[in-house]
Amino acid sequence: MKQLFKGLALGAALLSAQPALAADRELLNTSYDIARELFAAYNEAFKKHWQEKTGETVEIKQSHAGSSKQAQAIIQGLKADVATFNQVTDIDILHQRGKLIPEDWASRLPNNSSPYYSTMAFLVREGNPKNIQNWDDLVREDVQLVMPNPKTSGNGRYTYLAALGYAQDQFGDNEDKVDQFMAELLGQVRVFDSGGRGATTTFVERGIGDVLLTFESEVLNIADRFENGEYVAVTPKVSFLAEFPVTWIDDYAEQNGTEALAKEYLEHLYTEESQRLLAGFNYRVHDAAVKAENADRFPDLKLLSIDDITGGWENAMSDHFSSGGKLDQLQRRR
Amino acid sequence: MASHNRRIGDQPWVRRSLIGLAMALTIILLVIPVVLIFVQALGTGWSTFAGNVLDEYTLDAIGLTLFVAALTVPLNLVFGTALAWSVTRFRFPGRKLLITLIDIPFAVSPVVAGLLYLLLYGRNGWLGGWLSTHDVQLMFAWPGIVMVTVFVTCPFVARELIPLMQQQGSEEEEAGVVLGASGWRIFRKITLPNIKWALIYGVVLTNARAVGEFGAVSVVSGNIRGETNTLPLHVELLYQDYNIAGAFASASLLAGIAILTLIAKAFVEWRQSQTEDAAPEEGGA
Repeated sequence: MKQLFKGLALGAALLSAQPALAADRELLNTSYDIARELFAAYNEAFKKHWQEKTGETVEIKQSHAGSSKQAQAIIQGLKADVATFNQVTDIDILHQRGKLIPEDWASRLPNNSSPYYSTMAFLVREGNPKNIQNWDDLVREDVQLVMPNPKTSGNGRYTYLAALGYAQDQFGDNEDKVDQFMAELLGQVRVFDSGGRGATTTFVERGIGDVLLTFESEVLNIADRFENGEYVAVTPKVSFLAEFPVTWIDDYAEQNGTEALAKEYLEHLYTEESQRLLAGFNYRVHDAAVKAENADRFPDLKLLSIDDITGGWENAMSDHFSSGGKLDQLQRRR
Repeated sequence: MASHNRRIGDQPWVRRSLIGLAMALTIILLVIPVVLIFVQALGTGWSTFAGNVLDEYTLDAIGLTLFVAALTVPLNLVFGTALAWSVTRFRFPGRKLLITLIDIPFAVSPVVAGLLYLLLYGRNGWLGGWLSTHDVQLMFAWPGIVMVTVFVTCPFVARELIPLMQQQGSEEEEAGVVLGASGWRIFRKITLPNIKWALIYGVVLTNARAVGEFGAVSVVSGNIRGETNTLPLHVELLYQDYNIAGAFASASLLAGIAILTLIAKAFVEWRQSQTEDAAPEEGGA
């Protein structure tokens, strides 16, 4: 039966260039939507490493989509060996709804199972004409902001939380002042796009706004891509620690017989060589040597975790982003 | 009365401005975007275009898309013909209901269709648990993509055939029965020649939709590059990846298929009107 289908596939899909040489092992990595180039590069390095270590060849398949969608697919039966996401909550869900990984997944690898991280930063136009340096510059009357919608995108939520972290850091327990700042900031937003990609398009291609708020990695990517300084990256003094969590998916790796391979695939991300590769894609890393090499690209700042700001993701979701939550209240103020 | 009480549409300025408006809207809304796809795809030169199209993953996406269409079209050809035959040649209770049910895929948003299949065949779905224990992978593999594509395209052939077969009636086939022909012979010699062009038209539409389907496929695909990534999904992926030239190169392939479809459709419509000119014009799909 399978051969029949294979034959049909060959007949119908004459163009499909299937590799003639099958690899010894196969691994499926589900990842977020904008990580394609990153893992294309890492996979090559890892294949070499695995072959040197075991003599086996590996084929690594990649699946890319929004990480919430990926989590749903995995729960519904996408038999991925590893998940490399950009949101902790999307991995938590694999345990909560799918029972595919243990509850303590985050403690299985260093740094909360986050081999690299980023923070929320600003992209401004050539020469930084409005002199944007920190969060308090964003609430000035003459500054227009573009950011992804915190209601629909993780990226937008991170931005919101980063601003909240700054406000708490600045105004301490004075909740009125914190709320006041947040309401003013949201009031300066000209466009809330549904996702990070859309916000970038609005800012870069449609030319709307003075400041784009998004991941530092994205900000640096754009600034690098335009070589004549059309855009300038600004990292604020205080921001949010955005983790990029990874895990092997115990149930599926066991079924696929890939446990050792999956584990090694993720552990290898922490080696100095891999960390250098990750830094090349504008992510912050933990390795001391690589950190020192890139000190000028990643300025020091005060990083606040979700626990510092709201006491965990559950609180963040229920207090701020739920219907009628803080975000809704703040937006109604204006 | 009609001679000096002309309808408003007959006044030359009304006619001219209406035609002008229709032309302008068509050009702005339809023609320019399609042309832009090709302009963008070729904007960075032929060699980048060729490089983008000949990219390993693009070729895999093209192969998968053609493969899915190659399975979907015959399945729906058989299904649509059988369905149209049974509702136009037999009277049975529930016949009207069946005709209405055929339209479900038109009424349901493709994303919802994909989710329904996931609810049924996914790991936590009604049948999914059983499938999972027997190691059958339907969702997030090509069978799932074929299943949802069959679902969203299944009305096309039947919808083309039903009005035509109703209109033609069954006298010729009854004559065949009286003369002692077998059922298969009747179908081959009488029914098939009568419905040939409508059938081809249905196939063209089914193929166009099968190649272009995004929503339903996106839900059940799993987006595995080189394995379950169809051409429309590939366009989205490249776009998300800031590979605008690559996205437009793949989009131009889809647009090319669409234009071929339009040409085929126009040709079939023309042949249909040639063979049917005795019969009055029917309402269309």
